[in-house]
Amino acid sequence: MTATAQAYVVGRAEEVPLGEGRAFTAGGTPVAVFRLRDGSLRAVAAVCPHAGGPLADGQSDATVVVCPLHLNAYRWEDGSSPTGAPPVAVYPVREEDGALVVET
Amino acid sequence: MTAVLGGRTAGQTSLALDGDDTRARLVVVGNGMAGARFVEEVLERDGGEHLRITVFGDEPHGNYNRIMLSPVLAGEADEADIVLNSHDWYADRDVDLRAGVRVERVDTVAKVVHAADGSATPYDHLVLATGSHSFIPPMTGVRTADGSLLPGVVGFRTIDETRQMLAAARTHRRAVVLGGGLLGLEAARALQAQGMVVELVHAAEWLMNAQLDAEAGAVVRRSVEELGIAVHLGALATEVVGTDRVAGIVLKDGRRLDCDLLVVAAGVRPHTDVAVRSGIEVERAVLVDDRMATDVPDVYAIGECAQHRGTVYGLVAPAWEHATVLADLLTGADPEAAYTGSRTATKLKVAGVDVAVMGVSTPERDSDEFLVISEPRRGVHLSVVVRDDRLIGATLVGDTRKVAFLTQAFDRGTPLPAERIKLLVDLSDGDAEVGVAELPGDSQVCNCNGVSKDRICGAVADGCTSLPSVMDATRAGKGCGSCKGLVRQIVEWAADGELTVEESASWYVPGIPMPKPELVTAIREHDLRSVSSVFATLARGGVEDAKSKMGLASLLKTIWGSDYVPEPDATFVNDRVHANIQRDGTFSVVPQMKGGVTTPAQLRRIADVAEKYEVPMVKVTGGQRIDLLGIRKEDLPKVWADLGMPSGYAYGKSMRTVKTCVGSDFCRFGLDDSTQLGIDIETRFQGVESPAKIKMAVVGCPRNCAEAYVKDVGVVATGKGRWEVYVGGAAGASVRKGDLLATVSTTEEVLTLIGRFIQLYRENGNWLERTYDFVPRWGLDRIKAVLLEDSEGICDALDEGIQRSIDAYTDPWARDLAEPASPGQFRTSLPLTVLPQVPVR
Ligand code: SRM
Ligand SMILES: Cc1cc2nc3c(=O)[nH]c(=O)nc-3n(C[C@H](O)[C@H](O)[C@H](O)COP(=O)(O)OP(=O)(O)OC[C@H]3O[C@@H](n4cnc5c(N)ncnc54)[C@H](O)[C@@H]3O)c2cc1C
Ligand code: SF4
Ligand code: FES
Repeated sequence: MTATAQAYVVGRAEEVPLGEGRAFTAGGTPVAVFRLRDGSLRAVAAVCPHAGGPLADGQSDATVVVCPLHLNAYRWEDGSSPTGAPPVAVYPVREEDGALVVET
Repeated sequence: MTAVLGGRTAGQTSLALDGDDTRARLVVVGNGMAGARFVEEVLERDGGEHLRITVFGDEPHGNYNRIMLSPVLAGEADEADIVLNSHDWYADRDVDLRAGVRVERVDTVAKVVHAADGSATPYDHLVLATGSHSFIPPMTGVRTADGSLLPGVVGFRTIDETRQMLAAARTHRRAVVLGGGLLGLEAARALQAQGMVVELVHAAEWLMNAQLDAEAGAVVRRSVEELGIAVHLGALATEVVGTDRVAGIVLKDGRRLDCDLLVVAAGVRPHTDVAVRSGIEVERAVLVDDRMATDVPDVYAIGECAQHRGTVYGLVAPAWEHATVLADLLTGADPEAAYTGSRTATKLKVAGVDVAVMGVSTPERDSDEFLVISEPRRGVHLSVVVRDDRLIGATLVGDTRKVAFLTQAFDRGTPLPAERIKLLVDLSDGDAEVGVAELPGDSQVCNCNGVSKDRICGAVADGCTSLPSVMDATRAGKGCGSCKGLVRQIVEWAADGELTVEESASWYVPGIPMPKPELVTAIREHDLRSVSSVFATLARGGVEDAKSKMGLASLLKTIWGSDYVPEPDATFVNDRVHANIQRDGTFSVVPQMKGGVTTPAQLRRIADVAEKYEVPMVKVTGGQRIDLLGIRKEDLPKVWADLGMPSGYAYGKSMRTVKTCVGSDFCRFGLDDSTQLGIDIETRFQGVESPAKIKMAVVGCPRNCAEAYVKDVGVVATGKGRWEVYVGGAAGASVRKGDLLATVSTTEEVLTLIGRFIQLYRENGNWLERTYDFVPRWGLDRIKAVLLEDSEGICDALDEGIQRSIDAYTDPWARDLAEPASPGQFRTSLPLTVLPQVPVR
């Protein structure tokens, strides 16, 4: 999978405020990018695998993001869900010269 | 041998270990209710020490509670609640779970299991636990050319099928359910609850004909029809119509029923294909003896795919008994263990009706006694069959209070009362349930797991002092859950007041190990004004916890008022955008309408906004105001600006509405101006944060037109300027009449008293604890003493506390219009979905 990964500039770093998530599209894939409390970035698919909830509206901590609709949680580490939902896709994300770069 | 080795590389078993691992290889095919339980039972007997376990599961999931699929479909339980063993669970116990891998056949001579992923797994012991699949009766057009089901046609057996139905319920309107047995009825009720128009088609002459007699079936039918589900009996479906997706079915009599979802629940068939292909003896299911062994050495079968002494069971209790017996045998824990059959007594809730059945449903011999109590209007039908002074069958529909005693009599042949009617009703007083204390020790409490009262008491005696620990130790209440109430009563009785709750149960939120009073003191002591500072100072290891943030944010606002330091990530999306998120990611907007009173000008503005933003639905709410539903996130600020009205806080854990009636100004019975008092109360307490929502009402006389008796705070005019103040009422998920706190003579006193009550609740209520739980927990007498007699000397502090929050109020809509709380606050979070997706009326 990583062999075919593509990097996309999805937006500006300042578009994701500390502690919040924002939705973008990376080459057609909707992704939710979060800035955690420690300032680091995380990206997952924007659409909750449970029932399509908007993950960018979710609350997060250092290990998980929690979907706002039915409060399923997903781990940043591998997208697996400690609450038993199907896993969510996790994407590498980084900041490059003030741009947000997501690999899908 | 090469085939085996080569095949194994595809699997995940660690080849390197093979040489040293001398444990016997146990392979389980089927990771359902029976297979997974069997693994648990083996591990509990320390079987892991000499058995290396591999489990194949056709479904990609861990193990989940299949019998809870109906509540999931009905939206009453979350998928997450029904997980029994996650993938991690297997990994942690060194069990190799091959989830999503189907076994195709077994070479019983070489003792190798061949799976669809090409792997070949050798075994020393093999257990088939493949369960059943939905039976799809032959109908023209039900399958497409490639043999798969026509889109829109689903069985009801797995979580994936349940998800398919839930997805269909969101986008389609009409469902037909084939089959009026247990599963069909459950599916019909659940889809109805999901908002679909549902018709039920059943081939037999009455519903649940396998379990019930004609009259009892008629009672169930009545209850089902009352739910609004059309029932067609004696109806045979012969054809499925539709090309790309199901469009309807045709019955044998030529009638056509239109539908865009067809649920087939017309019975199940045991999964025997693996056994058949492997040359293991199969009749209706895989034949097993009392040791659960098939005719092939070292191959066993358990659960619904097994046929024992002529019987194939379709319930979870026998499947779990199979698992226990086989675990005893294979681990050597009890080499004499034998399974001799199950007497199935079932207690179920079918389409909202309680049903319990055991043994036969009708008399079979002339000398059998048959007693029937039938009250179809009440939805109650009870019957028992007695032979030679022993209970051989009972059917309870609509009233299952006597089920404990009857199960006991049925299972163990306990003597029956001479007055047979006592079997069905308590003559002493209609309502008396069999007291926990009188329940015989060996009576079965949890039918799914076969747990007796004695076992529960034993667990308490062995040191389990909380309900969850007893449930973990005995598994009581862990099947369908219908016995949980009784289990709790028994545990409480056995613990004799010594019951403890899990440590974390007393914590205000899961992420901070402190009960609320302690937490409040610590927050004040360390001067913690933001949620992140609370985590940093008070959480174990300073670790933040997403699920605790909302509760902490609410508490900090209560403690600090305007000195609270807000952080967007501490706030739930509703509180971040001041609107209520909907199932499709759009929002609802409810402007404030104090006391339910509005003006033509307001209505005109609302109408203009609704048209301008193409609001899919405008609705009068149960809280006496108007809801604009289906608004795009990015439109929220524009909508508020155009409305020019303050937020009604319909999304917050806060004071919501004050409903009023027209009162003395207009109503011929009105004793006082309830409308004005309602407006004054709403003005004073608008937007006040609280542990859970607070709803109020004021009525002008005890006719109670605005439902003040069932509100968190209700005020009732009794004439001559006097007002009664009720607290702790509710008419939501639970219904409770409020308790009369005081009768006072001025509206000022009403406002003071309400302020004190709310503040007491804000400071002491647990997160999400409504007043209907808070008031009984504290006790009315104590609340009265504190608020009316100032018994704890805190009334001044309460008055000050609530005043601080009142002073801190600002309308969130006006505030964030002026300046967004953070960049992109109102950016859409589902960029590629065309919104809104809520239905447009
Ligand atoms: C809009 C409204 C229904 C309507 O169309 O009339 C409504 C809609 C919702 N109610 Fe309600 N309730 C509405 C009046 C009520 C009432 C009637 C009343 O207020 O007099 C009750 C019973 C009174 C009570 O609360 O005791 C009520 C008891 C509930 C409950 C059960 C609470 C409980 O503990 O018993 C919930 C679930 C919860 O809070 O966890 C709930 C939850 C909800 C939520 C917020 C579900 C959610 O979390 O998303 C619904 C939001 C729909 C949406 O997407 O906007 N709603 N809800 C009513 C809004 C009233 C308002 O103007 O603010
Ligand atoms: C909606 C619903 C409600 C129910 N309600 C109740 C109730 O209230 N009370 C009650 O007692 N019972 C109830 N039941 C019945 C109960 O769920 C079953 O009796 C029980 O699940 C049987 O367990 P089992 O392990 O034999 O079969 P299952 O739980 O079906 O497990 C079999 C597993 O084997 C897998 N499998 C099959 N073939 C293969 C293969 N070749 N390779 C790998 N894996 C394979 C299947 O995918 C499945 O996961 C209900 C069932 C349903 C569907
Ligand atoms: S509005 Fe209230 S009653 Fe209606 S579905 Fe939502 S929560 Fe349930
Ligand atoms: S949609 Fe995300 S938890 Fe349900």
